[in-house]
Amino acid sequence: MFEGILIAGFGGQGVLSTGQLLAYAGMKENKHVAWIPSYGPEMRGGTANCGVTISDRPISSPVVSEPTVLIAMNRPSLEKFEPAVVPSGLILVNSSLIHIKTKRSDVKTVYVPANDIAESLGNGKVANNIILGVLLELTGVVSTESVLEALKEVLPPKRHNLIPINQEALEKGRQLAREFKAS
Amino acid sequence: MAKVLMKGNEAIGEGAVRAGCRYFFGYPITPQSELPHYLAKRMPEVGGLYLQSESETAAANMVFGAAGAGARVMTSSSGPGISLMQEGISYIAGAELPCVIVNMIRGGPGLGNIAPAQSDYFQAVKGGGHGDYRVICLAPASVQEIIDLMQDAFDLADKYRNPVMLLADGVLGQMMEPVELGEEKFVQPPEKPWAATGRKKGGPKRLINSLYIVPEECEQHNLKLAKKYAVISREEQRWEEYHLDDARLVIVAFGTSARVCKAVVDRARDEGMAVGLLRPITVWPYPTGVIKRIREKVDRFLVVEMNMGQMIEDVRLAVEGARPVHFYGRAGGMMPVARDIFNEVKKLYNGGAEQ
Repeated sequence: MFEGILIAGFGGQGVLSTGQLLAYAGMKENKHVAWIPSYGPEMRGGTANCGVTISDRPISSPVVSEPTVLIAMNRPSLEKFEPAVVPSGLILVNSSLIHIKTKRSDVKTVYVPANDIAESLGNGKVANNIILGVLLELTGVVSTESVLEALKEVLPPKRHNLIPINQEALEKGRQLAREFKAS
Repeated sequence: MAKVLMKGNEAIGEGAVRAGCRYFFGYPITPQSELPHYLAKRMPEVGGLYLQSESETAAANMVFGAAGAGARVMTSSSGPGISLMQEGISYIAGAELPCVIVNMIRGGPGLGNIAPAQSDYFQAVKGGGHGDYRVICLAPASVQEIIDLMQDAFDLADKYRNPVMLLADGVLGQMMEPVELGEEKFVQPPEKPWAATGRKKGGPKRLINSLYIVPEECEQHNLKLAKKYAVISREEQRWEEYHLDDARLVIVAFGTSARVCKAVVDRARDEGMAVGLLRPITVWPYPTGVIKRIREKVDRFLVVEMNMGQMIEDVRLAVEGARPVHFYGRAGGMMPVARDIFNEVKKLYNGGAEQ
C-alpha cells in the first residue's frame, strides 16, 4: 500500500497536526511514514500544508508532489493543489469554507461541511478531525484506534481533555463517509 | 525501545546531546532553525550551554575557543551562514581542533532561497575556507541515520582532532520520520592533554594556534596535516551499496537524492534492468575504493545531485576515464522526481545495450 496525502489550509486549521496524527498512527502500525511541512516564507493567516506518506515500502522522497489524497481545508488550497492529484485519487473538500466544486472528473471528490459539523459538536476547532474521519473510513490507510493512540502523543498532556471531542469528531466523519459510500 | 517520530533538525540536536556535546553556538537560519531551537531547551537540561551568537562569524570563533578548551562543541547553519563561518573553520582545521559543523543546505548561490539543495558540496569537501586543509564530511539520508552519525561525527572529530561536517539539506531537516533512539548512555569524551585549560600553578604551557610565521615550520605543519588526511582517506571511507553486485548501470547519489534514486533502482529492477545505487555516506573522504573496485564491471555511471554537477567530479576522479559518467541534476531548491530520473536511466541503459 502507498498513500501520499497532502493536507492544506490556513495556518491554525490544524493542518500540520492532522498530518502528524496520521504519521504517528502509521508508525504505530509499523508502516513506513514520513511527514514534511511546507516551510516557505509563510505569513500569519497565510496558507500551510504538509505531506504525509504512509507505505509498506521504504519512502524515497517525503515530498508529496503527486498526492493520492488531497485534503483541502480552504479554497486557495483546493485551487493550488487540485491539478496535482493523481488520476483516480481522492479529494476531500471542506465545503464549509469552499463554495466551489473541483474541476477534476477523473478523481473521487467528497464534500464535507467540516466546520459546520464541528460547530454542531460544540468545537469548531475539530473540523480537521471530521475530515480525517472521512479519510480513515474511505481509505483505511490507518485504523481509527491508531489515530486515537497517536492523539495522546500529538496533544500535550494538558490538552488531553480534548481527546473525547476529537474522538467524537473522528466518529462523525466516519459516519458521514459510510453514508457517502452507501449513496 | 519504542520508536518516536522526530524532525531531522531535532534529531541532530538529540544525537549531539547523546554523543556528549555540551556546547552549542549558532545563529538562526532556515531551514535548520529547529536545531538551535531544540538545543536552547535541551542543553540546560543536561548542564550544557546554548548560546545564540551575534553572527555566524562569531559562532565559528566561539566553537574555536570551546574546542581549544577541550569541549565537545557544535555549531549549525545553512549555506550563507556556513560561508560566513569559513574563516573560523580554516583556523580550527589549522589548529587541529575537534568540532562538529552542521550544514542544512538551501538553494543558492547568494541569498538563494530556503528550499532543499546539495549545492554546497564543493564548499564542504574541497575546502571552503583558505589554506590546505580537509574537513571530514558525513552525508546522512534519513532521520535515523542522522541520529546514528552524530555519535560518529564527534568521535571522528576527537580521534583525528579535525572538524567534522554533517552535510544534509532542507528536506532532511524538516521531515519527520520514525527513529529508534536507543539507550541513553553516558559518553565520556577522550582525554585531551593538549587542551588549553590553564597552567594551574606550573603545569606545561599549552598553546592553541594556527600561526606558523616561519615558512619552513608552516610547511612541516602542512606535511603533518597531509599525513593525517591520508590516514583518514584510507581508513574512513563509508558508503551504502544497493543492488550493486550485478549492476550494469550504477547511480551515484548522496543524501536526499539517494533516497529518490533508491525508488528508481527498485522500479528499474522491476522492469528487468540491472541498475544499482552507490550512496556515499562520507563525501570526504570520498569512497573512491568501491568505485575503483566496480568500475570495470559496469557499463556506465549516472550521478544524481540537487545541484548542477559537483560530486560528479569526485566520481570521475575515481572512475579515471574507464567508463562514461553521466549526470542528472535539479537545482535552486528543486527536488529530483523519481520518474524523471527513471526516464534518464532507461535512456542510458538502452543506449548502453546498443553499443
